[in-house]
Amino acid sequence: MAVTSDTKLAAEAPALTGGDWLRRIGRSVEAVFIPAMAIVASALLFSLLLIILGKSPQEFYELLWRGGFGTSFSWQNTLVRATPLIFTALCVAVPARLGMVIIGGEGAFVLGGFCAAAIAVPLVDWASPWIVMPLMIVAAVVSGAVWIGFVGVLRYYRGVNETIASLLMYYIAVSIMNFFVEGPLRDLTNPNKPSTKPIGDANMVGDIPGTEVHWGLIVGIVLAIALWVLMNRTKFGFAARITGGNIRAARAQGLPVGRLIVISCAIAGACAGLAGYFEVAAIQGRANASIAAGYGFTGILVAFLAKQNPLAIIPVSIFLGGIAAAGGLIQRRMGMPDATVQVLQGLMFVLLLVSETFYGRFRIFGGKGGGR
Amino acid sequence: MSKFIMSRRKLLQGGAALGAFGLASGTMPIRFARADGLTIGIIYVGPRDDFGWNQAHAVAAKALKDIPGVTVVEEEKVPETDAVAKTMESMIQLDGANLVFATSFGYYQPFVIDEAKKNPSVQFRHAAPLWKEGDPKNAGSYFGYLDQAHYIDGVAGGLSTKSNKIGFVAAKPISSVLSNINSVLLGARKTNPNATVQVIFTGDWSLPVREAEATNALVDAGCDVITCHVDSPKVVISTAEGRGVKTLGHNASQAPLAPKGFITGAEYKWITIYSQYAATLSKGGTLPNMLAGGYDLDFVQNTPYGAGATDAAKAAADAAKVEMKAKKPYYVGPLKDNTGKEVIAAGQSHAPYDPWIDNINFLAEGVIGSIT
Repeated sequence: MAVTSDTKLAAEAPALTGGDWLRRIGRSVEAVFIPAMAIVASALLFSLLLIILGKSPQEFYELLWRGGFGTSFSWQNTLVRATPLIFTALCVAVPARLGMVIIGGEGAFVLGGFCAAAIAVPLVDWASPWIVMPLMIVAAVVSGAVWIGFVGVLRYYRGVNETIASLLMYYIAVSIMNFFVEGPLRDLTNPNKPSTKPIGDANMVGDIPGTEVHWGLIVGIVLAIALWVLMNRTKFGFAARITGGNIRAARAQGLPVGRLIVISCAIAGACAGLAGYFEVAAIQGRANASIAAGYGFTGILVAFLAKQNPLAIIPVSIFLGGIAAAGGLIQRRMGMPDATVQVLQGLMFVLLLVSETFYGRFRIFGGKGGGR
Repeated sequence: MSKFIMSRRKLLQGGAALGAFGLASGTMPIRFARADGLTIGIIYVGPRDDFGWNQAHAVAAKALKDIPGVTVVEEEKVPETDAVAKTMESMIQLDGANLVFATSFGYYQPFVIDEAKKNPSVQFRHAAPLWKEGDPKNAGSYFGYLDQAHYIDGVAGGLSTKSNKIGFVAAKPISSVLSNINSVLLGARKTNPNATVQVIFTGDWSLPVREAEATNALVDAGCDVITCHVDSPKVVISTAEGRGVKTLGHNASQAPLAPKGFITGAEYKWITIYSQYAATLSKGGTLPNMLAGGYDLDFVQNTPYGAGATDAAKAAADAAKVEMKAKKPYYVGPLKDNTGKEVIAAGQSHAPYDPWIDNINFLAEGVIGSIT
């Protein structure tokens, strides 16, 4: 049965000539080759900087490897740091398919985490985790979805720039959390660090057995794959991509552009809200100012490096997580400031953006060669 | 058949043991790579050169490095998330740290407690009075009563203001901040009964733009001496110096920032605590779980007088230091808060280290500003 359906599909697909195949392979190789070259170039430039500072590039890259990927401890360290980045990068990547640049995922992250804690605190003493945990997830997802969804509403119905709106709404989200955490929901047993009361050990998310990485990693990976399928293999994703390509053409085709924009933003916000949930339920155990640790902003970098592709977000998050994990070891062993690793990240980001201009310029990958 | 199952189980056990041995031997050389003598790991939440909280610790870290047999590893800008848990583990696993100083408030709960449980052979000390009975015995707290040094600031400030108005830029209305504000007022009133302290809360620990605005607003309102309690006093002190008013410091030495107007400042002297710890551990002794003190134990100090200090201010401050070292109480009744409510009855007083001081939740009469 399976065999027949496969043959049927193959028969339906348009026949590819030898040249088409070559060009296809060439394009995939190009998509790996160009970013890889950009990373190598940034590493070389950074080595130059290290040499000028009188430090050994060899030692730097050895420590980078050892601190990020060299041991089982380093791998866990890397994966723990990568987890929130997968979610927050998805918050950028999904609306990007519709041509929107959302940079306020941190707001949905903070609000999602806060709402999850706020709904758990009154229930902690009497409700079972089977009730509290789903409620926390719903609270985080809904609050995140509403938050960024509203950015989509402003974008479509009022023409407000989504980049600015989402950034400004981040400040509002932090203020809302601070208001409640320092006021009505404050845990008075803790006079010097305004926080909500703890959500209770029973309601905490555990680690993946045999590791110290919490379940958020698996959820993040599954979510990234699901959103890749949604954006690349469904009617919704197709319509969203058309809207991103040319909004007037999409409207002329009768696509519900407004709904697509708002729903995509809501999905994005839900991802960031879920990340906030894991920050509270797997790590902090309560909501306070510490949950605004900047994961939402690093997620922007991840999404751009992954070229807004949900699947590519997974390895890029792990890569940046590894750099962050190694950053500590580099600081300690080489006596360099924290900014060192940020300089490397910044160099990579700039060179990757520059490398975009090289697509289609190499004859070997089936491009036209020369200028476009 | 059952024999076969038994032997397979044995085989699996043997395999697991072998694997564990392999893993252990694999990590061994790394673990003890730098474990000769005492290795101390110090973790900062911000940059080490922030002219504030982190710098105060970094100055002590630098002094620690000069003690023979002590290795110091440092990591800065570690957020209060599981990043700090991973940093502590990395210091223990990869650097062989046997003593960890976690210097930011939010590191303690849950991260220091969890790591202390996981690593019973490592000592953890956290820079805020949070350890209590029931917490792990290898964890603990150390703290300096900076309010005593702020009182000295106030004594000098009272003689330095011509408008009788001292401006105070504060982060959050929590006990430790309120206690410092009151100390400045009480110190100033000792030398100048007409002195007032006008306070502006910025709302968070590090908001440089708002700190500059608050400083300017206070100077515009007639304050001619400015002090603060924020993470990094750099912006406040340099803004005030630019406006030509005098300044009182906080946390670390800001004297280089204000060559004309700097009077003195309230500073921690963490090296007293750190070198005591190092000495105890290298003699094989046990560290106390709670270590807190003020002027009498040399845990806090005042910055050497700057160009803004008059001879009268110096003399009064020096006299007050003698009183502080003798643990003379300065919260003396009758004392009202700034809403007119009596907080200390006539004839009563609260000596330094009275837990009453740790839980202060009022602004003393003479402070212009409100907690809510």
